[in-house]
Amino acid sequence: MAALEKIPDKKETVIDAHNISKVYNADTVPVHAVNNVHLHLLKGEFTALVGPSGSGKTTLLNLIGGLDKPDSGQIYINGVDITRLSSGRLIDFRLQNIGFVFQSFNLIPVLTARENVEFIMLLQGKGSSVRDRRVKQLFGQIQMENKLDSRPAQLSGGQQQRVAVARALASKPKFVLADEPTANLDSQSASNLLDIMLKLNREEGMTFLFSTHDQRVIDRARRVIRLVDGRIVSDTAAVSTAHTQ
Amino acid sequence: MWLIKLSWKNIWRNRSRSMITIAAIFFAVILSVLASSLQEGVFDNLVKNVVSFYTGYVQVHQKGYWDEQVLDNSFPATASLQHQIIRNKNVSALTPRLESFALASSGDITKGALVVGIDPDRENDITSIRQKIVDGRYLVDTDRMVLIAQGFAGKLKLKVNDTVVLIGQGYHGAMAAGKYPVKGIIKFGSPELNDRTLFMPISAAADLYGAGGMATSYVLSLHDLTRLQGTASAISSSLGPGYEVMTWEEIMPEVMQHIRTDTNSMKYIQGILYLLICFGIFGTLLMVMVERKYEMGMLLAIGMKKRRLAGLLMLESMFTVCTGCILGIVVSIPLVYYLHKFPLRMGGETAKAYEKFGFEAVFPTSANPSNFITQGLIVLAVGLVLSLYPIYKIIRLDPVTAMKR
Ligand SMILES: Nc1ncnc2c1ncn2[C@@H]1O[C@H](COP(=O)(O)OP(=O)(O)OP(=O)(O)O)[C@@H](O)[C@H]1O
Ligand SMILES: [Mg+2]
Repeated sequence: MAALEKIPDKKETVIDAHNISKVYNADTVPVHAVNNVHLHLLKGEFTALVGPSGSGKTTLLNLIGGLDKPDSGQIYINGVDITRLSSGRLIDFRLQNIGFVFQSFNLIPVLTARENVEFIMLLQGKGSSVRDRRVKQLFGQIQMENKLDSRPAQLSGGQQQRVAVARALASKPKFVLADEPTANLDSQSASNLLDIMLKLNREEGMTFLFSTHDQRVIDRARRVIRLVDGRIVSDTAAVSTAHTQ
Repeated sequence: MWLIKLSWKNIWRNRSRSMITIAAIFFAVILSVLASSLQEGVFDNLVKNVVSFYTGYVQVHQKGYWDEQVLDNSFPATASLQHQIIRNKNVSALTPRLESFALASSGDITKGALVVGIDPDRENDITSIRQKIVDGRYLVDTDRMVLIAQGFAGKLKLKVNDTVVLIGQGYHGAMAAGKYPVKGIIKFGSPELNDRTLFMPISAAADLYGAGGMATSYVLSLHDLTRLQGTASAISSSLGPGYEVMTWEEIMPEVMQHIRTDTNSMKYIQGILYLLICFGIFGTLLMVMVERKYEMGMLLAIGMKKRRLAGLLMLESMFTVCTGCILGIVVSIPLVYYLHKFPLRMGGETAKAYEKFGFEAVFPTSANPSNFITQGLIVLAVGLVLSLYPIYKIIRLDPVTAMKR
C-alpha cells in the first residue's frame, strides 16, 4: 500500500454518478441494465467492476464514459454533468477527459504503434515535440520502446492492449475506462497488462475503472464494485468513500 | 496533413479492392472519353461531309423557292444583298448558284439534268468541288463549258471534250438551249448528285436561261458552327420576309435524323458507363462502411469528431476517384489522338449505307480537349456525390451500436 501514500491527501472527485438508470426495451420486456446506481470515484483509484454476464458492467461504463445516455440520473465528471452535453460536445469532452481501452481492436490497423498513440494527441492538436516526449515516456512505461514502428498486426494481443493503454493515457485524461481489457488475453499477458496499469496508476496517479470476469485481475484491484442485475451489491470502498465526502 | 496521410494509408489497407475500384474508374473514364470524342468526331465529320459536298451550312433563297424549285423563284444577286449577308460576322464565305432542270442529250441519248451555274472560285472555297474532278479540268469564269458528274457522263456516254446539248425552259418561260463542250468529269458520293448533275459558270447559265444577274441560292459557310441556328435567324431577320434562310439541317433533314439517332445511342452507352462507375464506387463505399463500422465507432468513442471522420472518408474516396480519373485521362489522351489521326474505318453494310449519303465510312475521334475535361469532371462529380453516403452514415453513427458485435 506504499503507492497509495504518494497520492495527495485531499482527494479530488473524478466521477460522481447519482441515481443513474438505463432501461432497454422499455415498451416490450424492460431490461433494467443499470438500476439506480450511485458511483463515486476519487482521483488515483484503481477499481474493478465485476459481476456476472449481463449484470450491466458494459452499460454502466458506457454511461460514465459518455458513450450512452442514462434514462435518469446525473453523471458529474470533474464537476460537469455530462448527461446534459450534446452528442457533439460529448465527443470533445471524451477526447479531453476520458481515456478508453476496449476489449480488442483498439488500434487503427494501418498505423504503427507509435502513430496510434500519437493519433489521439493529433486529435487534441498537440505539437510534435509534446507528442514525441509523451510517446517516448509512455512506450518506456509499457516496456515497448522496441515496438514503436510495428503495426498492430505484428503485435501480440497483450502488446496491442498495452499500446491501447498507452493511447488512453496519451491524452492526459482525468481517468481511464476499460471494458474487459484482459478478456482476450492469456493469463500471462493479462497479468502483464495489470502490472502496467498498476504502474501507471502509481507513477502518473491515473485513475482506472475497469470491468472484468477474471478472479486474478479482481484480486489485484484496490477497490471492487460488484454489480448484479444492474444494481451495486457490494463495494469494498463504500465505507472509505462515504466519509471523504 | 496527418488526416491526408491516414486516408492514403486506408486506401491501401485493402489493396486489391482499391485497385479494382481504381481500375473500374480508369476504364470507365477511358470508355466515356472515347465515346464522347468519337461521337463528336463523327458528328463533325458528317457535317463537314454534308456541307462540303453540296449544301453549305446555310442557304439563302427567294421566299418560296424551297417548295417550288423553279427559275421564276430566283432573286437578283446584287452586291448590296451580298454585303448585307456578309456583314454577319459569323459568315466566312458566300457563293451564288443558279440552278434549274433541263434536258441533256448526247447523240441519241437524252436525260433530265440538274444544271447548276456556279461561281467557280467562290464555289470551290465552300464545297471544294475542284477536288472532285476525276478527269479534265476545272472551270474558269469565262468558260462556256460544263463539268459533268461521273454517273451522268456514263449514262450519256460523254467524255472530256465531247459536246452536250441542253434544252429547257428559261426565265419567265423563255426558251433555253445551248451546246457545251465537257471540260471535266467530277465524282460525287451521293448517287442523287452523281447521276444527273452538270456545272457551268453562273454567267453561262444566266445566258442559257436568260436570267442575267439572277441567282436561285446563296450558299454560305460559317466560322463558328455551334452558332448555326442563331446565325441563320440573324440573317433571316436582316433580310426580311422576302427571303428564306435555311440551315443544312433543314435542307437535309434525313442526315440530321441520322446524326440524332447516333448521338442518342452514344448517350445511352455513356449513361450505362456512368451507372457502372456509380455501382463500382458505391459498392466499395458500402463494403468500407460495413467493414470499418467497429473502427469508426471506436474512433468516435475516443473522441474523433464526426466532421473529421467524414472528412477522412471523403478524402479516401476522392483519392480513389481522382487516381482512376487522372490515370484514365492520361491514357485516353494518346488513344484519342491516335484515333483522330488514324480513324476507325467501317466495312460491309455500314460502309454501303454511308456511301449512299455520299460519305466515307470513317470515324475519326474529336481531339477536342473539352471531352477529356468534361468526362473527367463528370466522373469526379459522381464520386463526390457518392461520397456523401459515408458522410450520411457517419452523421448517424452511434459508437455504442457501432462497436457492438
Ligand atoms: N442494446 C441493447 N438492447 C437491449 N438490451 C441490451 C442492450 N445492451 C445491453 N442489453 C441488456 O442489458 C443488460 C446488461 O448488459 P451489459 O452488456 O451491460 O452486461 P455486461 O455486464 O457487460 O455483460 P458481459 O459480462 O457479458 O459483458 C443485459 O441483460 C443485456 O441483455
Ligand atoms: Mg460487457
